Amino acid sequence: MSMLKPERIGLDDFADQPVSICGKAFLAHKSGALYWPSERALIVADLHLEKGSAFAAGGQMLPPYDTRETLAKLAAMIDRYNPEVVIALGDSLHDPDGAARMDPSDIESLHMLQEDRDWIWITGNHDPKIDRMLAGYVVPEIIVEGIALRHEPRPGAVTHEIAGHFHPAARLVMHGTSLRRPCFVGNGLRLVLPAFGAYTGGLNILDLAFEPLFGVDGLAVWMLGHEGLYPVAPRLLRDD
Amino acid sequence: MLTTPKNAKRKRRPPARATPALPPEIAAWFSRRGWKPRAHQLALLEAARQRKSTLLIAPTGAGKTLAGFLPSLVAIGGEKRPRSGAGLFTLYISPLKALATDIERNLIEPIAEMGLKIRTETRTGDTSVARRQRQRVKPPQIMLTTPEQVALLLSHPDAPHLFADLDTIILDELHALAPSKRGDLLALDLARLRTIAPNMMTVGLSATVARPSELRGYLVPQTDPDTVTLLSDLVTVEGGAKPEISILEVEDEIPWSGHTARYAMQEVYDAIRAHKLTLVFVNARLQAEVAFQELWRINDDNLPIGLHHGSLEAPQRRKVEAAMAAGKLRAVVATSTLDLGIDWGDVDLVIHLGAPKGASRFLQRIGRSNHRMDEPSRGLLVPGNRFEVLECRAAQQAAEAGAQDAILSRSGTLDVLAQHILGMACQAPFDPDILFNEVRSALPYAGSTRHQFDRAVEFVSTGGYALKNYERFAKLKKEPDGKLRVANPRIAQQYRLNVGTIVDSPMLKVRLVSSRGGKSRARQGGRVLGEIDEYFAEQLPPRATFIFAGEVLRFEGMRETEVFVSRASAEDPMIPSYGGNKFPLSTHLAARVRAMLANPADWPGLPPAVGHWLTLQSERSVLPATDEVLVETFPRAGRHFLVTYPFEGRLAHQTLGMLLTRRLDRAGVHPLGFVANDYALALWTHGDFSALIADGRLSLSDLFDEDMLGDDLDAWLAESNLMKRTFRLAAVVAGLIERRHPGKVKSGRQVTMSTDLIYDVLRRHDPGHLLLEAAWADAATGLLDIRRLGDFLARIKNRIRHQSLSRVSPLSVPVLLEIGREVVAGHARDALLREAADVLIHEAMGDTENEHAEAGTHRT
Repeated sequence: MSMLKPERIGLDDFADQPVSICGKAFLAHKSGALYWPSERALIVADLHLEKGSAFAAGGQMLPPYDTRETLAKLAAMIDRYNPEVVIALGDSLHDPDGAARMDPSDIESLHMLQEDRDWIWITGNHDPKIDRMLAGYVVPEIIVEGIALRHEPRPGAVTHEIAGHFHPAARLVMHGTSLRRPCFVGNGLRLVLPAFGAYTGGLNILDLAFEPLFGVDGLAVWMLGHEGLYPVAPRLLRDD
Repeated sequence: MLTTPKNAKRKRRPPARATPALPPEIAAWFSRRGWKPRAHQLALLEAARQRKSTLLIAPTGAGKTLAGFLPSLVAIGGEKRPRSGAGLFTLYISPLKALATDIERNLIEPIAEMGLKIRTETRTGDTSVARRQRQRVKPPQIMLTTPEQVALLLSHPDAPHLFADLDTIILDELHALAPSKRGDLLALDLARLRTIAPNMMTVGLSATVARPSELRGYLVPQTDPDTVTLLSDLVTVEGGAKPEISILEVEDEIPWSGHTARYAMQEVYDAIRAHKLTLVFVNARLQAEVAFQELWRINDDNLPIGLHHGSLEAPQRRKVEAAMAAGKLRAVVATSTLDLGIDWGDVDLVIHLGAPKGASRFLQRIGRSNHRMDEPSRGLLVPGNRFEVLECRAAQQAAEAGAQDAILSRSGTLDVLAQHILGMACQAPFDPDILFNEVRSALPYAGSTRHQFDRAVEFVSTGGYALKNYERFAKLKKEPDGKLRVANPRIAQQYRLNVGTIVDSPMLKVRLVSSRGGKSRARQGGRVLGEIDEYFAEQLPPRATFIFAGEVLRFEGMRETEVFVSRASAEDPMIPSYGGNKFPLSTHLAARVRAMLANPADWPGLPPAVGHWLTLQSERSVLPATDEVLVETFPRAGRHFLVTYPFEGRLAHQTLGMLLTRRLDRAGVHPLGFVANDYALALWTHGDFSALIADGRLSLSDLFDEDMLGDDLDAWLAESNLMKRTFRLAAVVAGLIERRHPGKVKSGRQVTMSTDLIYDVLRRHDPGHLLLEAAWADAATGLLDIRRLGDFLARIKNRIRHQSLSRVSPLSVPVLLEIGREVVAGHARDALLREAADVLIHEAMGDTENEHAEAGTHRT
């Protein structure tokens, strides 16, 4: 079925892919997380914790398991890379009251993840404030090694940044089949992470909203699969 | 459950004596027309006099609709009775929005001519808001409406007043309505209407069905659901003359595969020319487009030929219907959207392109043409390929024998029950004990348990999750007397916006733009030609030409919910592959086809090409006996094939294909792909099936063992797109996902995304959840046809006939020809991504474009 014979590249070789931003080396993982080996930093965007209960409060009883699902995914990444610092790039909570609705057992799981490492909450438009009981540092943005980590990417060609906010997704059409998946999108100087949360949808990277961020040339896209992360040529992608 | 016809002692014969005296104005109307009331019309009057609910089974043209209304006309026109409510006397419920023509002729005209003062009004989703509001306060005496409107009316607190005087409910096209989710919801609503108006009676109008008792039970309350199924009375009108059905015979070779019957278009055209008004039916919208195009290509006489299918804009369809009614058309090419609702009186020929897939549908179509009962209606079957020749022959035999496909007896679905429970809470606070009994009085829910009901209530209130997180957001609150009420009025408002069980599949608008010039993003404006399935649109390669709405169009691009097209003039427009036939081959016809294959004595009646084909098959391989399934294995073009012929329909075969693929994978035989049609399933690998079977490394009886419906099915469903789609429908019907918020409509595409995520999370954390159970039950009979697959696997146990061949068998050719035409969705999604990644790698390595193209064809 696959054109890549297993002896050439093993299954796990696809789980993360090397990505370079401003000359620095990163690993992008199929879960949507980004790891920065030299800084031992794990970066995730748009967790949207408690999105389910936010809908329930409005009368739509979505399954109340999104927070634990997202935290479990995050725990697996922390297990894999054992980072010294975890940086959440904003919209970590679906709304400012989200923390108050969290199940005590979920808060406990979060605190366990925070043991023995730094934790940085970057604020986003959904969570301009982060409840103190979630611990960690709260900042609007940070700059590490000349690269800005913030929630919303700044318009403009060159900003040297890693951001979230847009929930990028790509649609691939091949052999008459269409596949839409969240993706990392970047151009070497900027990278936008896919949303990490369990109930987060995606915005097609061919949408006009992405136009101010990336020029046409040199765009790189990595689509999230079940078994791996796959670099895909932009010319194979389509509008929704 | 036992079927004891307790209150239906006899099959009522229409009485010969002209008993219940008709009121003078109605009797006069009959004699002015030179008519006598028909026996079954009088039988229904008599049944009404005795307050008995009745099912009337009659062919079209028998005055069925008037028979249903006659008792109401007599009663309303007669003595005034004291009113206790708003005065609504009769409710007529039809599955169609477009009730107009038939009702005009069978109700409005007679009422006017009889000089009766009876107020009748329709109420559909298209009725103005002001009028609908007025109808709740001041209803007509006879209201003509749809099941969704009934559910909507019942969700208002004033429903008890509105329906207090209800005397009769007439259910039209009951055979089409009852076996569906709409039918489930209507059954529950009938139960509530009976609670409001206990003396109400029902009249069901139906075409001929295999098992009338399923419909008879639907019409009456099941007061003792644990022991008996109570049935309504039954009045049957025997059809007039038998239909004349022929199968088109042509000189040309009959194609090996395909459904379009393009080869026979000249003969079809000649048949149209020889008749007054012909309906040409096809099984799928795109086939309709193809046939329409082909007929106009050879339409030298410029005969007015129209096109009618569900993707066309409503005004365009109404125009065709009006032209048809006015006698301005000679032929209409149509899909099942034309099945219901319009007057077919002048149709003198029904043609079916491709096999009809079921005996009943075809018979009902033929039966609706030609309103004179004493003259035979005429039908012409045009097989699209060789297998369809057998299938058409089977349909013809079934028609001669008067045999019908059985409607699967169904139990009501849980998502519909959840919707109903919330609707009832919107009407008034309810006592769960009382509502449970009311629900069980509806036939589809007669077998439901208190546990299921309580889970459904819990689902409505808090989502019904194992993790009790949402108690504080509960939609239902308990009152001191134990009744449950909606927590706030906004819930009722949201419910009313989302009522109903019809969930549109994601559709994209087709918008005409000028041919590609500027940037595709700047495109807007232009006329909307209609809507096409998202599934189809996503398969279109850029700049492909295809036919739609009777025109050749070029695909220019797609954006959100719109597809942009320009007019094109390609000589040979592409007919892109589509999801095949909408309806799977019915079990009944499949059995007949199997019998025909097994019995060479039947073959002389077949066209020579088909007879020759079957003879060749019996020489080179074998034709399976009726109770066997044939499995052939052979090499071809460097691959090894396994082909089997279950005749269980495409859906069941696709599911079987998925499951066999998993099994073979585990057995170390890695299948490269599979393809299914209505009759057969073919899988292929690099490994030699014949050798594997010969030396015992692969056991066919293990491969086809029934236990594949357990873990394998479960594991596959986790990833299945079809299952996600099924889940989405259940989630929308049950109210977990709203189609509409006040002031905001979610498009199908937006809904799809979020339910996929919810499905994944729910499956992992709450696998026993009610919605997953509901989706599973739907999948069993719907998209995946698991029930039918299960029956098949049980039937063929120890009856597998294996033939190891040195080359392709004649019988396998049709299914092998479908390879490459069909894309198997939901399978190997990562494989697709890997291949895309591979393209990038090849490019990076400087490989040529050609190699990519080849890579594409290799992945089959």
